[in-house]
Order: sequence, then C-alpha cells, then structure tokens
Amino acid sequence: MGSGTGLGRVRGLGSARSGSHHWWLQRVTALGNVVLVLWFLFSLLRLPSLGYEGVINWIHSPLTAVPLALMVINVCWHFRLGLQVVIEDYVHGGMRVISLGLLHLWTFGAGGFALYSILKIAFAGTPA
Amino acid sequence: MAVSILNRVMGVGLATVGMAALVWWLVAAATGKEAYETFMGCATSWPGYVVGVGLTFTFFLHLCAGLRHFVLDLGAGFELQANRAWAWGTLIGAVLLTGLTWLLILWKGI
Repeated sequence: MGSGTGLGRVRGLGSARSGSHHWWLQRVTALGNVVLVLWFLFSLLRLPSLGYEGVINWIHSPLTAVPLALMVINVCWHFRLGLQVVIEDYVHGGMRVISLGLLHLWTFGAGGFALYSILKIAFAGTPA
Repeated sequence: MAVSILNRVMGVGLATVGMAALVWWLVAAATGKEAYETFMGCATSWPGYVVGVGLTFTFFLHLCAGLRHFVLDLGAGFELQANRAWAWGTLIGAVLLTGLTWLLILWKGI
C-alpha cells in the first residue's frame, strides 16, 4: 500500500466483487420480510388474545413455528446486511471494526435466543 | 433523499429495539407464564405502548420506503414530481397503516 492519495491507493485493485451479491441479497431478504413480517403482524392481530396460553398454543403449531423461525432468520439476515452498510458508510477506523463485531454478535446472539425459544415451545407440550 | 436516510434510521431502530422486543417476547414465552406476564405487564404499560406504537410506525415506514426503493431499483419514479409524491406517499401510508393497526388493537383489546 502506497501512501498516496485515496484514488492512488485503490487504483488497479478493482472492486471486492461481492457488492452486487450483497445488494441482491438485501432485496431478496427484503421481499421475504414483506411476506413474513406482515404474516406475523396479521396473525397477532387475529389471535383472540395475547395471553400466555393462547400464544403458546399458537407458536406450538408447526404452521406457526416454521414461518416464525423463518421470519427470525430472514429478519436477522436482512438487518445484518443493512446495518453493515450503514456502519461502513458512517463509522471509520477502529470503531468500525468494533461496530461490525458487535453487529455480528447481536445478529447471532439475538437470533439464537429467538430460534431456541420458538423450537422449545414447538417441541414442548402445551399448557393445559 | 430525506425519506431514504429516514429509511436507514428506521432500519437501525427495528434491528435494535424491534429485535430486542421480539427476542424478549419469545424468550419470556419459552421461559414460562410468570416471565410472560412480566413482559406483557411492561408491554401494556404507558412506556410499553409508546415503544409499541413507535415500532409499528417504524415498521410500516420501513416497509413503504422499502417498496418505494423496489420501484426505484426498476429505474422508475425518478422524475422530480413523481419522486416527491412517492416520498410523501410512504410517510402518509405509514401513518395510516399505523393508525389502522392500533385502532384494530384498541377495538379488540389486548
């Protein structure tokens, strides 16, 4: 790496060749979210109540557990891609590395807890 | 322009506050009745409603602005007038959808 101008340093390197794939996945997961999150919202509104028994029975059904788990995966994927771009645009230097690390941790941490909870309710017996 | 930046801010809000609320709700439900009641108690308190309405509005704005970006990706809607109309449309659409959702919730009761 030379110490010339910004343009001089990147000239000839070409692109990282993953930008358009990143952009495309952002759109694909966005479309998935339109379907899955709207389904989630409509389903919650259609439930007779948001009380414990009703919600557990609802999540326990495979017809809920599977789309709900897919929604969590799709949402995490979508915000992982989106926030990465936001961080890369506005955060610089060491803070960028830390921010991207935290984003990774949040994506898999939050996603992991959400998925485990859905599966636990799906596989465990429902309250009487 | 402003709606585009707002869309980013909304995305960050949904990814942090929205995701945290979803995870809390699911973990509480998987933990047991007591934990779930604690969550519902917070969610149906005044600050809880403020966060709830905020998240609903944020979601609908992100949805409408995202759909607008799909149209822009197709190369349409770049004329100044049309572009401005769509930008306002996303804002108005989000307000209407949020209002409709909470009217339904209030009408039904939680």
